Amino acid sequence: MEEITAQYESFYHEKGRYKGILSWLMSTDHKRIGIQYLCALLAFFSIGVLLGLLMRLNLIMPGKIIGQETYNRVFSVHGIVMIFLFIIPGIPVAFGNFFLPIMIGARDVAFPRLNRFTWWTYLAGATLVVISLFAAGGAPDTGWTFYAPYSIRAKANITLAVAGVFVLGFSSILTGINFVTTIHRLRAPGVTWQNLPLFVWTLYATGWVQLLATPVLAITLIFIILGRVFGVGFFDPAKGGDPILYEHLFWTYSHPAVYIMILPAMGIISEVIPVFARKKIFGYRAVVYSALGIASVGYFVWGHHMFTSGMSDTARIIFSFITFLVAVPTGVKIFNWVGTLYKASIVGNAPMYFALTFIFLFSIGGLTGLIIGSLEPNLHLHGTYFIVAHFHYVMFGGVGFAILAGLHYWFPKMSGRMYEERPAKIGWFILFVGFNVLYFSMFILGYEGMPRRYFDYPPRYFTLHLVSTIGSWILAMGLAIIAGNLLSALFRGPKAPADPWGGRTLEWTIPSPPPAENFAETPVVRD
Amino acid sequence: MGAAEGQRDRIGAKYGMWFFLFTEILFFGGMFILYAVYRSKYPAEFHASAGEENLLLGSINTAVLLTSSLFMAVAISAVKKGSYRLSVVFQAATILMGLAFLAIKAVEWYEKVARGIYPNSPVLDKMKMGEILFFGLYYVMTGIHGVHVFIGVCVISFMVYFTLTGNVTQENYSKIENTGLYWHFVDIVWIYLFPLFYLIT
Repeated sequence: MEEITAQYESFYHEKGRYKGILSWLMSTDHKRIGIQYLCALLAFFSIGVLLGLLMRLNLIMPGKIIGQETYNRVFSVHGIVMIFLFIIPGIPVAFGNFFLPIMIGARDVAFPRLNRFTWWTYLAGATLVVISLFAAGGAPDTGWTFYAPYSIRAKANITLAVAGVFVLGFSSILTGINFVTTIHRLRAPGVTWQNLPLFVWTLYATGWVQLLATPVLAITLIFIILGRVFGVGFFDPAKGGDPILYEHLFWTYSHPAVYIMILPAMGIISEVIPVFARKKIFGYRAVVYSALGIASVGYFVWGHHMFTSGMSDTARIIFSFITFLVAVPTGVKIFNWVGTLYKASIVGNAPMYFALTFIFLFSIGGLTGLIIGSLEPNLHLHGTYFIVAHFHYVMFGGVGFAILAGLHYWFPKMSGRMYEERPAKIGWFILFVGFNVLYFSMFILGYEGMPRRYFDYPPRYFTLHLVSTIGSWILAMGLAIIAGNLLSALFRGPKAPADPWGGRTLEWTIPSPPPAENFAETPVVRD
Repeated sequence: MGAAEGQRDRIGAKYGMWFFLFTEILFFGGMFILYAVYRSKYPAEFHASAGEENLLLGSINTAVLLTSSLFMAVAISAVKKGSYRLSVVFQAATILMGLAFLAIKAVEWYEKVARGIYPNSPVLDKMKMGEILFFGLYYVMTGIHGVHVFIGVCVISFMVYFTLTGNVTQENYSKIENTGLYWHFVDIVWIYLFPLFYLIT
């Protein structure tokens, strides 16, 4: 390791033709693009968190801080920002861009200029969404799902927001095309489908879901825009249209989108756990096949979002059954991670803490998913806080914690500096406590019948709402400590070695931060 | 900087184009699903409305687009054989055919709009629900298809420029080959649209 930590130019120094901000925006280097995405994502995540805190604050004193209309806009924008601007692009565009080419021993993605265009498209889509929040007419108040026919009649800036999401979807499709082609074409000698790093495998599965699901959302959003601008009434009962068809088309994308979010998260966990358990992953093939299984079966379960919308019993039973089927490959993965930990020499670093928490929280999210995936409980729990708690356990407890695991795991490689362990673990602990106080009380609230998206509620729900809101403050404190620790490490942290954790994938064989061309010579991998 | 500029990967570029066409199939698939659902709900009204379409112009347009696809294929073969001037002639012919298609489409639309049949119009809103949906789908599906034709025309114009400036050559023709794939795809979509809107009377 000595000779590679000697003098070299990292990708931060090699600016290419342009100076200043343009050296970033005009760059086709996958690492620069990844870093830019990461900054944008974390900025939008912060906005989403602030909106979430505002919602929680309203719910302990309804009407004192924000009005009813504003509350509708706040929860809609919270959803739109968190889902379309943060968590769907999330792991692939930030960590995937930075690490996918390195992990397969390539110099860049298959289409570097398309990659830059994709980043610009993301910026354009994000700009449209942000404009829709502030332009006259007001921020969207439909919820993130844009359900018709309300989304076609609402006065707010739905058209702009929907156009923004359409552009973001285009960006997501292009990322998928780029990654799938990269994995097919640019693997270094010896990097085969049998030893491909698991993070790359999950990006591959995710890429396919992006390709096969996102276009359906795109055309559905166009129908919304056409309905608003030209009065085309595909979802308007007055013109013969069927609003339930909108729900079908929307969830045909938006359920697979859940797997666009969670699969790469599982990939990060499958990288982190073996490194800190000092073992090879238990059942490599099972992990790969289960990822492909989730990606393919996950395409056929969208109906479980609509059990109360009006569907035949046959359809409901089939959708419920397939929903249970997805739990099988998911369970396989959980057992593989736990199996890897068995009799391992576990090293307790911060990334590992986040990864183990992922398993715990994601399991709760997944198992409650089975409760609402079966028909009878669903009729009782649909549209309640139980659902809110369930998907926050999956999205935040799952994907969010995986992003934090990846952020800590790859921080030395991306920034070239080490963070401090202790504050990272303190932040983790506070976040973990806050998370459970915030969202577990929502399970109980929902079970007791508190409907989601309501601005006000009967007094008997007050205590649990108060507990949940206090949880949101604890959670915010944890996030602040984690962010502060990483930010200070960015400026003051000691220099990171090439391989601080004992990782075995290719990114740890090159200096931190990597040189612009990644590898001096194309690496050859031998088993 | 990256692999694309160092060494060219023709197969990789083709992978990318095919993946993109998959997404296009699903994109149009959303519209075909709507068509399928509403036609099965209002079969009689769909059949009646299809009689309102101009079968002659529709047939001419089908011939125009199919011929343009042939011209595109010839243009690509010409590049592969090194006859760049011939290729440019056929690319220009493809562009003209594409524009002719759009012009004929515009005439058809104009005809209908003149009779007051367009989304949200007072005439259309008084018609039966199946008819409102049929003409809504007609405008949306042929409209979005038209946008694709227009994009194709723009991209082929770039290919003419690339062929003239030596950017597309006998050794490096994946750009124009992939443009051809896209153009054929647009053609195939029309082959489905034509019977669904004109021939089901």
